[in-house]
Amino acid sequence: MPKVNLTHFEASLLFALLTSIVLGIVSKKTDRERLMYGLYCFGCFIAAMFALSWLMYLGHG
Amino acid sequence: MSSSSETEVSISKWLPAVLLAWFIPGSGHFLLKKHARGGLLGLAVVAMFLFGIMMQGATFQKAYFDMAEMNPRPDLLTRVITIGGFAANIATGILYTMTAWFGYDQADVAGHVHDYGTKFLVGAGLLNILAMVDAFEIARRQKD
Repeated sequence: MPKVNLTHFEASLLFALLTSIVLGIVSKKTDRERLMYGLYCFGCFIAAMFALSWLMYLGHG
Repeated sequence: MSSSSETEVSISKWLPAVLLAWFIPGSGHFLLKKHARGGLLGLAVVAMFLFGIMMQGATFQKAYFDMAEMNPRPDLLTRVITIGGFAANIATGILYTMTAWFGYDQADVAGHVHDYGTKFLVGAGLLNILAMVDAFEIARRQKD
């Protein structure tokens, strides 16, 4: 099995993408709602990622 | 909560779909003729698991069985993480079974890539649990 060496950002992005796909599929009733909810979850993941990153950066001094 | 349509669906209708969804991610939806959703769910769970393996994430099998022999018992947080991690590993079905069968036994080591790998392996199991619940609800006709 090949090894991959992802950065924090790449790994977080990948996690957000795959999790958003599943959350979108299992949560809503129509395909359009699923797509929109998946995109919404992905956006929330990205927003949380940047917010927490800045928080840690500023908190670290 | 229990409408007449729900109570009419017997266990023989939903149990095969849920068991199949556990053992082969996404296949429960295929059994229920939800091919596109099954394919996407399977793809997401398998991709997350494979990335976890490629990042050399740790599995919780050894830690779980080691914990049972520890004296004194480890603290509550360690127990919750170990038991939860092992349960999430098992929830990936054939993926984890084959991984253990092929002798993959990555210890928990320092480093952000390994750490993400461990989270990806656990995450794959948790996503598959969501897929199993979805298959259950479709089979029980609680959703389309």
